Amino acid sequence: MTEFLTLLRKELLRFWKVGFQTVCAPVLTALLYLMIFSQVLENHVQVHGVRYTAFLIPGLVMMSVLQNAFANSSSSLIQSKITGNLVFVLLTPISNFQFFAAYLLAATVRGAVVGAGVLLATSWIGGLTMAEPLWVLLFTLLGGLLMGSLGLIAGMWAEKFDQLAAFQNFLILPLTMLSGVFYSVQSLPEFWQGVSRANPVFYLIDGFRYGFFAVSDATPWLSLGVATAFTLMIGLLSFVLLVRGYKLRS
Amino acid sequence: MIYTVFRPCSGSFEGVSTPAVAVAHVSKTFLRSRQIVHALQDVSLEIMPGEFFGLLGPNGAGKTTLISCMAGLCRQDNGDIRILGYDTRQDYRQARRALGVVPQELVFDPFFSVREILRLQSGYFGIQKNDAWIDELLAELDLTDKADHSMRSLSGGMKRRVLVAQALVHRPPVIILDEPTAGVDVALRQGLWQFIRRLNQDGHTIILTTHYLEEAEALCGRLALMRAGEICALEKTDSLIRQFAKHRLTVRLGEGNVLPAALLTLAVPVPATARTWEWTLDALADIETVLATLRESGCTLEDMRISPPDLETAFLSFMGQQS
Repeated sequence: MTEFLTLLRKELLRFWKVGFQTVCAPVLTALLYLMIFSQVLENHVQVHGVRYTAFLIPGLVMMSVLQNAFANSSSSLIQSKITGNLVFVLLTPISNFQFFAAYLLAATVRGAVVGAGVLLATSWIGGLTMAEPLWVLLFTLLGGLLMGSLGLIAGMWAEKFDQLAAFQNFLILPLTMLSGVFYSVQSLPEFWQGVSRANPVFYLIDGFRYGFFAVSDATPWLSLGVATAFTLMIGLLSFVLLVRGYKLRS
Repeated sequence: MIYTVFRPCSGSFEGVSTPAVAVAHVSKTFLRSRQIVHALQDVSLEIMPGEFFGLLGPNGAGKTTLISCMAGLCRQDNGDIRILGYDTRQDYRQARRALGVVPQELVFDPFFSVREILRLQSGYFGIQKNDAWIDELLAELDLTDKADHSMRSLSGGMKRRVLVAQALVHRPPVIILDEPTAGVDVALRQGLWQFIRRLNQDGHTIILTTHYLEEAEALCGRLALMRAGEICALEKTDSLIRQFAKHRLTVRLGEGNVLPAALLTLAVPVPATARTWEWTLDALADIETVLATLRESGCTLEDMRISPPDLETAFLSFMGQQS
């Protein structure tokens, strides 16, 4: 257990020591999105009977959770690989599962800390209450674990920073941005609604938003089922790659 | 002296039958630029507890691959490796607990101070409160005043010593040093060897790879010479030197002297030095033959040197024969 707790502590310290970059910067980014979109759309749009700004906040919070959970595990792994200091972990008796769990948990914590930061920074905006807090926690956890697993896969696969950037810009960013963060998918044409519903991140955002307003595009149980299934699937894939030592142990 | 408390966990090694490291028929291939490279080919060797063992060979011989397989950084295609009896694949956790590795590359984590790194490394091995031992290590490696400095601020030699401290933080009975003195200045190198020698005297098994053959000669009791992924010699150091190196006689002739024709066949001119010749001697008595011939020819000597057989000569001679 000490092995796992030490690796978890190291992963938490790693992002906390550069908190300005890893926590404050993404909170500021989310605030900028909020300021711009709410300024333009607040008086024109209502979603599910909710003010647009209030509707937008949970989406931005969840988007921050997802992007930062991914960034934590992927950047930690690729930095350690490229600088070579991953060897200090690989030489130790830390089991594959302990390694997997520490990276995932640290990613989830960073996602949650940034998400909480966004929530806190937007708390001055009225009209946002947490109708179902348990759903909020559940989807935060699932989102962190899913993106932490994807980050592990990306960190193992990428051999250079630009490969990781490609993974982030061409997969993670479109998945998170085109998932109903800024709008209800019901407002889209039928084709794009179908496309959105094929995106697992849509269910994470929709389920998370349900926790605030008790209304959502999909039923929360469907969102929970899809999010859980994807989390397990991607988690299993990343664990198998880790056990095989994919691009870690030659 | 700190060594009263520093004992390897496997205790005394006299009469112990389990090898510290047992490598049996290990092979490893890599695919590089669409070509199969045989990094290790059916390598077998045993290193007994308490040995100071050297693993030598030219670049690309397979030394680091073999060490990586022992440490679990690399997975062999065939064969088994056991550390103090623990299989590196099936009992990898016990095997890794028994092993401390100083990697060849100067790698470090820029986020942490020296003390933080050593505490984390202790934790990775399941050791919670290790500050007393960390302080001793820092003192022994002359890093006490750098304990709270960031790794980024240390010089190359200091970073190298931190790597040694990291490898020893869990008091492993078997220590692998992969070119630990590369880029380290002479004074630090001497200090490091003094420290490692004492670890060995306390019962730790040391496995060393180095390109400084005088270090290997002075420290290692036994050597494995590797070439193209194979072990081509596995001998006691003095035996290897006896077999493949001889005494050498070097003389510098006086101004205007010409080497007698009778000596020309076996003499080798020493490059970049005028009138200097070298003979490899089958027996010490040959010195007298050379000197007598020079005397009879009226040659005078400006300088003369007799060099004992050494590992560098033995290594070059052996590798030359192999190729």
